[in-house]
Amino acid sequence: MKKANQALNGIKVVELAYAGVGPQITRELAEHGATVVRIESHRAPDPLRMMSPFKNFESGLNRSAFGACYNTQKYSISIDLNMTKGPAIAKQLVLWADVFLDGMTPGTTTKWGLDHESISAIKPDIIYAGTSQLGRTGPDSAFSGWGYLLMAMSGFTNITGRPERTPLNVVASYTDYIAPWYMVIALLGALDYRNRTGRGMVINQSQLESSLQFLSPALLDYNVNGRVMSRNANRHPYAAPHGVFPCRSSETSTEQWVAIAVFSDEEWQAFCRVIDKPGWIEDPKFAGVLGRKENEEELEELIAKWTEELPAEQIMSMMQNAGVAAGMVQSPEDLFNDPQVKHRNHFRPLEHQVIGRHSYNAPAYKLSKTPCDISKPGPCLGEDNEFVFKEILNMTDDDIEEFLVAGVITTEMDAPTAPSVF
Amino acid sequence: MGLSMADQQVQNSLLGGFRVLDLTDEKGFLCGKTLADLGADVIKVEKPGGDQARNIGPFYKDIPNREKSLYWFACNLNKRSITLDMETADGHEIFKTLINTADFVIESFDPGYMDELGLGYSELEKINPRVIMTSITPFGQTGPYKDHKASDMILWSMGGVQYSTGEPDFPPLQMSLPQSYFHGGLHAAMGSMMAHYHRQRTGEGQHVDVSIQQAVMLTLMIAAEVWELYGQALKDMAVILPARGGAFRIIPRISSPLKTRMIWPCKDGYIIWSLAVSGGSAGNIASSRALINMMDRNGMAGRLKDYDWAKMDTLTITQEEADDIESIVGKFFLAVAKAEILKEAVKTKVFIAPVFTVKDICEYPHLEARGFWADVAHPELEDIITYPGAFVTIDEAPWKVYHRPPLIGEHNPDIYGKELGFLKDRMVLLKQANVI
Repeated sequence: MKKANQALNGIKVVELAYAGVGPQITRELAEHGATVVRIESHRAPDPLRMMSPFKNFESGLNRSAFGACYNTQKYSISIDLNMTKGPAIAKQLVLWADVFLDGMTPGTTTKWGLDHESISAIKPDIIYAGTSQLGRTGPDSAFSGWGYLLMAMSGFTNITGRPERTPLNVVASYTDYIAPWYMVIALLGALDYRNRTGRGMVINQSQLESSLQFLSPALLDYNVNGRVMSRNANRHPYAAPHGVFPCRSSETSTEQWVAIAVFSDEEWQAFCRVIDKPGWIEDPKFAGVLGRKENEEELEELIAKWTEELPAEQIMSMMQNAGVAAGMVQSPEDLFNDPQVKHRNHFRPLEHQVIGRHSYNAPAYKLSKTPCDISKPGPCLGEDNEFVFKEILNMTDDDIEEFLVAGVITTEMDAPTAPSVF
Repeated sequence: MGLSMADQQVQNSLLGGFRVLDLTDEKGFLCGKTLADLGADVIKVEKPGGDQARNIGPFYKDIPNREKSLYWFACNLNKRSITLDMETADGHEIFKTLINTADFVIESFDPGYMDELGLGYSELEKINPRVIMTSITPFGQTGPYKDHKASDMILWSMGGVQYSTGEPDFPPLQMSLPQSYFHGGLHAAMGSMMAHYHRQRTGEGQHVDVSIQQAVMLTLMIAAEVWELYGQALKDMAVILPARGGAFRIIPRISSPLKTRMIWPCKDGYIIWSLAVSGGSAGNIASSRALINMMDRNGMAGRLKDYDWAKMDTLTITQEEADDIESIVGKFFLAVAKAEILKEAVKTKVFIAPVFTVKDICEYPHLEARGFWADVAHPELEDIITYPGAFVTIDEAPWKVYHRPPLIGEHNPDIYGKELGFLKDRMVLLKQANVI
């Protein structure tokens, strides 16, 4: 692989994790230069490998973009930790590593001797990072779910929706897209701390507690004022209009919407000129924010009559040119066509040996001197066995042959697994 | 015994001894907050009179007052505060002096603003080559939309989350507590730490350029991948994904999309469970069997008692069969409470969870048992406010409350007086001239 000037060159990481959170943590490290070895097994594959979207709609362990997208720049090995010699290989990797990431349900790694006590015993300065939905301690620590469930438990579901209707989820497993970054931040601090002090450490994450940071104003509002935040559609406490309005669509099968947010009287006046309703500027019903909030429903209906005649992109430009905040409600297709997203090089295509050429999301930040860099797509299961066993663990061909024959190194699934669709 | 809180902050934390000058507004508050939680000395630099964002509600006891914004409190715990107008000649010079003491500068002004002040990265780098400057803006420092005006909801829309959230017969939705800026702030903290690690090894600082739009896009899970692999084929069949399905999830299939319910009413609120995560893998199958056992114990399993979940395949199941299973399960959910559901999920690993309200979270025994909450004294309010605690637990460096959120300019005497050695008459002059 290419080795540019990257922040984490030389850092070594072992990952024992699946699904959304753990793999995204180490992906961030790998894309900035760390060497990450991912321990997998054909006998218990990462469920994401069997989730859509698949190449040509056909499932297979190496055919899912979901299985690939969180694993750029990583090395995948396939070993069976339930066989006697499996954990021994993992422990050799621990001796090599700076960071061990345990993303299994609490208690799972103990039977393999890969819990933090056992690992710290063989490698005292290791940085052990454990992540689970509800943390390692506490009465409900055994809870083993998915991010879409944790979204509901973290309170986000209950504040998404219309006041008169049921709560809603976003399509994504929301907390899986908060928790990883908190762990990356802690790990980077820990790596520097270790360089300065020689001390490793144990970092444990409750994904719930990480996610609740994003709810903190509402938590304080309840603790202080006793207010239980509920659903309020797109309404804003002190801005109006503030909402999403229907637009003209060129295709009958797609809907187009534009988001508009007016905060000040000055923006309101500019808005009125854009939609050619100068009379509203002086209209006592709408001139001030009090009037606009009071008559918000009527105002929204009137605005929708204007927006539905025009395409969303045109409305965005007209508003932006007048200094009013507005944006398209972008579909995935829109995101691929967004000139700003292109400018930021967000979708980075790589040639995956099974899936073919497909895109990988870039980090949201650009580092001016040590940019992230990718060249290796998410690996096929066990793709890097030879490299890792020979180059990192110094095994001989005979050693490898022995592990293959014994089935410690896995090469295929015991039984076909049905795909899941999320 | 022994160590003062200030000493503990320096010695028992990952970022002890590192200083952050935090110039951000609400777009970037969470960046500094996250670094402060790791022990960094984060100094919130406010305009004289205080951050505009101190006007954001909710407020302590609903009293609208700049020193009582709970939004501001939540985002600025563990920071210190000074006031400074960098646009004045003296303020400009004071800021340059402070740059010498800083390890990080984080800002969320419009692109180009810091350059206009002569305080862009190229200038800061000359004063202090070790400094890391992190800029947080809606769309990034360069590019065709760099000067677009945004709001939290507009970034939720431009970042693609809004599109698929909401009821099919109503407009797409944001969350009622806006989230985009938090994502921007968190990714900014991550970029800053990446740069920090490099600086610690090489002595070289750098500029970190954060796009909140991209931070929002990174919450889309696989929406982009689904579009790339399936989008055109589905579009040709007039199937648009991800669909805005309300309480339902529309699952893309080459045969026909499958509609399954995610959010279910229960005895005392709502719960979340999905048929799409009921077959296929061993974990899904075990989850489904455990749920049916629970239903059976309550005499409500019906014909699902012997259902073969191993054969349940979301790629081939008919809508009719899915609806039939859901009607039996849904009836059962109406008879159980959120707490019972959670207990079963923990005990038998059913993939199911309660839809918690803010109240449920604050009263959740598991969080209490883990000691998650932190009581923070606010002497000026003669009150104690309970805050959410650590984002992760670190044995070498336990999370602590070092400071309650600061009052406006609370630390002017510490920074300008003690550190920079300004005498009292100078401070009085600068205050009157609205520099500090």
